[in-house]
Amino acid sequence: MASNTKRSNVLPGFGLTLGFTLAYLGIVVLIPISTIFFKTFTLTWPQFWAAVASPRTIAAYRLSFSASIAGALVNSVFGFIVAWSLVRYEFPGKSLIDVMVDLPFALPTSVAGITLTAIYASNGWIGRYLAPLGIKVAYTPLGVAVALTFVGLPFVVRTIQPVLEDLDQEYEEAAATLGASRLQTFVLVIAPALIPALLTGFALAFARALGEYGSVVFISGNMPMHTEVVPLLIMSKLEQFDYAGATAIAVVMLTVSFLILLGVNVLQRWSSRRLTA
Amino acid sequence: MSIELRNIAKKFGDFVAVDNLNLHIETGELVALLGLSGSGKTTLLRIIAGLETPDTGEVLFHGEDASDVSVRERKVGFVFQHYALFRHMTVFENVAFGLRVIPRRARPAEAAIARRVHELLKLVQLDFLADRYPSQLSGGQRQRVALARTLAVEPKVLLLDEPFGALDAKVRQELRRWLRRLHDEIKITSVFVTHDQEEALELANRIVVMNQGRIEQIGSAEEVYHHPANAFVYNFLGNVNLFHGRIENGRVFLGDTAVELENTHAHAHPETGKAVLYVRPHLLEIVMKPNGKQTFPATVKSINPAGPQVKIELVAEWGDMVQVEIDHERYQALHLEPGANVFLRPKEQKLFVYSI
Amino acid sequence: MVRIALITIAMVFVALFIFIPVIAVFAEALRKGVGAYFAAIANPEARAAIRLTLMTAAIAVPLNVTFGIAASWAIARFDFPGKQTLLTLIDIPFSVSPVISGMLFVLLLGVRAPLGGFLAAHGIRVIFAEPGIVLATLFVTFPLAARELIPIMQAVGSEEEEAAIVLGAGGWQMFFRVTIPNVKWGLLYGLVLCNARAMGEFGAVSVVSGHIQGHTNTMPLYVEILYNDFQFAAAFAVSSLLTMLAIATLIAKRFLERRVVPVKQAQDELAVKVAA
Repeated sequence: MASNTKRSNVLPGFGLTLGFTLAYLGIVVLIPISTIFFKTFTLTWPQFWAAVASPRTIAAYRLSFSASIAGALVNSVFGFIVAWSLVRYEFPGKSLIDVMVDLPFALPTSVAGITLTAIYASNGWIGRYLAPLGIKVAYTPLGVAVALTFVGLPFVVRTIQPVLEDLDQEYEEAAATLGASRLQTFVLVIAPALIPALLTGFALAFARALGEYGSVVFISGNMPMHTEVVPLLIMSKLEQFDYAGATAIAVVMLTVSFLILLGVNVLQRWSSRRLTA
Repeated sequence: MSIELRNIAKKFGDFVAVDNLNLHIETGELVALLGLSGSGKTTLLRIIAGLETPDTGEVLFHGEDASDVSVRERKVGFVFQHYALFRHMTVFENVAFGLRVIPRRARPAEAAIARRVHELLKLVQLDFLADRYPSQLSGGQRQRVALARTLAVEPKVLLLDEPFGALDAKVRQELRRWLRRLHDEIKITSVFVTHDQEEALELANRIVVMNQGRIEQIGSAEEVYHHPANAFVYNFLGNVNLFHGRIENGRVFLGDTAVELENTHAHAHPETGKAVLYVRPHLLEIVMKPNGKQTFPATVKSINPAGPQVKIELVAEWGDMVQVEIDHERYQALHLEPGANVFLRPKEQKLFVYSI
Repeated sequence: MVRIALITIAMVFVALFIFIPVIAVFAEALRKGVGAYFAAIANPEARAAIRLTLMTAAIAVPLNVTFGIAASWAIARFDFPGKQTLLTLIDIPFSVSPVISGMLFVLLLGVRAPLGGFLAAHGIRVIFAEPGIVLATLFVTFPLAARELIPIMQAVGSEEEEAAIVLGAGGWQMFFRVTIPNVKWGLLYGLVLCNARAMGEFGAVSVVSGHIQGHTNTMPLYVEILYNDFQFAAAFAVSSLLTMLAIATLIAKRFLERRVVPVKQAQDELAVKVAA
């Protein structure tokens, strides 16, 4: 019987643990988060608008969004291929790749930043081969996209991988015995099952890229209007003690992040309902 | 120790798990709570243990209200459905747990604990497995370790939740007999929950048939099986054929046939109403010739002669499927073939009538 | 054919973004020779950064793991209104940019803020000092342990704990003898992830540190300072330590996953058996 879903009331510690949880949550997260909204209320509309809609800010938004989308798209395509290879095929070095895919989670972003810069600078390991082709990566928007691809890489792989593992090869075999071609099987059987996970992975990679600072700050060159992403803009406002301006921009960013998080939640609820129905 | 439940009720949200229930269990009895899943039997067991608090009502142990006695102090032994053996402890440590958590002042010495644990492991015939971990045991062995662990704290009451639920058929049979003998030996007041009627009938002194949080009948195996209190109990205990018909002026009609039946056990027999007739498969007789209004016609559909009884499936004249079990001797004599037209005579039946 | 093409693409992609950077870190670190490498690491400022990084993790990790245990106990073992909201609130730091995370504490505890001003008047500096670094680290690593422990606590189930109570165990006896042993691998897993992030956080810490050399630098911050100072080999030497920490984290993670996942799977199989 459903002994797991029933909550017993003989276990001790509910008051203690919930009390501690709420108090700690309040001190570490809720109070700090609320300050930014209180701070926003002290701004006047013109102040807010000046910070949020200045040409420099608009340029930063444009770069952040386009580079984050580019990175997330690249990750969706190649992350899918990586996940597929890891789940479906055996090849030498497979488990090494499987372990190392999470590196962007574990590597400090400043290390990632200086390393990518060193590799893609025009005298770097990869940059020196791209330079003769007229492709400049470091200190250009392309470099920003490369860094954001790096930080988002694990998300798509790690959201698709478990879904692929659950997707029994029997489904494909069943489709094949029913006369479907390989392409038909993929389009009709595999793709629909993966789309929610792919969208979730895309959204997570995008959200992470949007807020990324450390790995971008070195490779971008930080030229206002050209290679300055939003977190960098916030940082430079803070360094000039323009807290009002930084707050206004941060509130817009936070709102976007929360909306993405909400979207991901809705997406996951939708897909889990569809799968369990 | 005797157990008394008074007006116990428990809801989970809108779901009524136990509905104003009263029950008395004598010292030394072995009682089965029998019902389908969702009938409230496990909840009731957990309430007795103190693992669940009833919304209303009280639990009395030996005549004393135990409502304010915590689980720790109730001195009940509870064997969980999946045994809940501590997976990181050896069999020995599992059995010793209840002794080791006694406050230091009252705790037995290490040597005494070891002696007691081995004694219990001998009782459940598992002394040779003392150093194994639960994951290395078979289902039946885990069950017996769980029992030994429970008995270590010398409970006054033993409560078992679906004690044989997770075992395969053969092991279940053996353990059932073993538990019966153990109970005869230690005479501890025991209550177990089961959805398996055979298990309840074979093992318990008394059976409490539960349905939707209420007690449908309490009685010995003999009583609930041969004298079921209502349609639910009759239907629940054993295979049964259901014939939907009607009763008019005291005569029972099945389809268009008026059947006059002997030996009908009916409750509160109104003259007119909807009727449901219950007949167990082995209480239907197949005859080749009609016998007045005591029989009704049917056609043989299929025959399964494997097993101690021959199982025959027929279709009654009015369309209901009928299961009949006869012995092989009778089957040989009848020369039945699928498609044969025969007559059925209920030897004993139960009639439950619902007013329209 | 398709198989080989896909594997090749996957390998090239992972090589480009993962393996080449890792190799580059060590190659750049050793560019000026082994002597320079060890000199860079043994430098007093480097040692100060290492010390502050370890200290920060030593405070943040136990606090957040304790929180993770408390939160997972309350959430996995009891029903209460607002549970779903609580889960969402716990996730907040995941969706906040590191720069904004740091900024929150500047706004709250900076010298110009009421609370920060009050503390400063009493001689307590939080922002541009170690307490700020610890607070920012606490914030960014806040959900990690809880997020790992909640599903494991749920998967393990409460039957063994109930059994302990029925057998007469007290709350703490149950906790230390049954609960903790049952979730120990998940606990370690959460601890490893939390530690990696605590030692490696850059953005949030960068905002609150104020870059006082040799005083409020953690290792990731020190890497930035060396790099901006054109001391590339030294920057990569310190980076190589952080990279080794990252790789060790990934290996530990893999090792622990093998021990955590079977617990969940066994529980799933059990659930299937019961349902059937």
